[in-house]
Amino acid sequence: MRSEMVERESLVEVGNLDHRFPDRILRQPGGEALRACFQCGLCTASCPISLIDSRYSPRRVIKRILLGMRDQVLRDRFIWLCSACFLCQERCPQDVRPPEVMTVLKNMAVKEGILPQGIARMMEVFKRTGRLYPIDDFTAEEREELGLPHLEEEQEAVKRLLEE
Amino acid sequence: MSYALFLGCMIPLRLPYMETAARKVLDLLGVELLDMPNASCCGDPISFQSLDRETWLAIAARNLCIAEEMGKDILTLCSGCYETLKTANVTLKRERPLREEVNRILSEVGREFKGTIEVKNLLEVLQEIGAEKVRSFVTRPLKGLRVATHYGCHLVRPSDVLNFDDPMRPVIFDRFIELTGAESVSYQKKMLCCGAGLRMVDTKKALRLVEMKLGYVEEAGADCMAVLCPYCMLQYDVMQRMVRHRDGGKYNIPVFYYPELLCLSMGVPPEELGLRFHRTSPESVLKKIGLNSPPSIS
Repeated sequence: MRSEMVERESLVEVGNLDHRFPDRILRQPGGEALRACFQCGLCTASCPISLIDSRYSPRRVIKRILLGMRDQVLRDRFIWLCSACFLCQERCPQDVRPPEVMTVLKNMAVKEGILPQGIARMMEVFKRTGRLYPIDDFTAEEREELGLPHLEEEQEAVKRLLEE
Repeated sequence: MSYALFLGCMIPLRLPYMETAARKVLDLLGVELLDMPNASCCGDPISFQSLDRETWLAIAARNLCIAEEMGKDILTLCSGCYETLKTANVTLKRERPLREEVNRILSEVGREFKGTIEVKNLLEVLQEIGAEKVRSFVTRPLKGLRVATHYGCHLVRPSDVLNFDDPMRPVIFDRFIELTGAESVSYQKKMLCCGAGLRMVDTKKALRLVEMKLGYVEEAGADCMAVLCPYCMLQYDVMQRMVRHRDGGKYNIPVFYYPELLCLSMGVPPEELGLRFHRTSPESVLKKIGLNSPPSIS
């Protein structure tokens, strides 16, 4: 059953391909070198995410972009698991810059309403305080105990930047 | 020598003892640190960039503008901030159309990116002071201490932007560890990511990366790990505690922020460092270098 599912997931349905998809990514900063990929797999061999879970692979994401598998690519969890460690980017013989490709894909996915909850929650705190964590009493006390200066929140400017 | 100190979020708000150690050691070395008024989160190298690259650049650039107005280079204590601010700085200096677009956004908050400053990490500042001068402050060498250095990804990669040390086989941190009198031990998968970047998406996988690294560090017989980034610190110190509680005490490897080890080697009393806030007790290391350990909170 499971292997059947995996097989179906990896099928390429020609009728559903979006042939303009690779070009849309090529036009974004970071996506320019996409077509240079010759699928050597050094990215996947370097990837810490692939190391702990072999179901995930940057090489496959890139192949799927080139095939025009738009929906599968934008729904792939890998694009959010990529931690931008840049090991693949340093090793890629074709200068494809996979982490930057993942950023382009994430920007597209967000426009379609795909965003992991954890990141959405972080965003909310950022909008409210200008930082990723609120300055609560506990933190203020701990800072004082450690002899550190008082911290201010920065809301106004950040909020306006986000509205732009 | 003076710098605009960029604190970020994780250090001042979650792991402030790291800020204490950094301020203390730089004060000892005669570096003046100027606070940056109205600074925000750097922009975060992973999550905000995921949402929208231009907004991310604008948030980073706004922080750069504050230092430009101060007329000072930025010192970052976190590798995430280092990567974000340096990438924004280098990119906006290089790409004029993008700079114009970002400046259009920044004009809304009355700022303009001019490209007049540099962004530096802690080791770069120590290099500027000079390794020999830093060494001359070491009064209590950490003899016999075996340290596994974890560089962290965003200190050295992407190398075409950061241009600091070799991106795959770096050496600078190891040299700075050895200057304290400690020994830097080699271990497998030294460049393996700490996994902090995926902890908001998949905590289990983030924990798996922590465990893997701890295994290699233990195998090499290191007494402790040393890091340069609060996200790596969070992963190896705090998350290690989660691994320990789950598996019944499997790992017990103390983790230090490099300035803490420097402070100890320069004779700063351990009770001044907030070591009690570590979630993995540093006691075994303090004992090894002949110091009493403060009571722990974990």
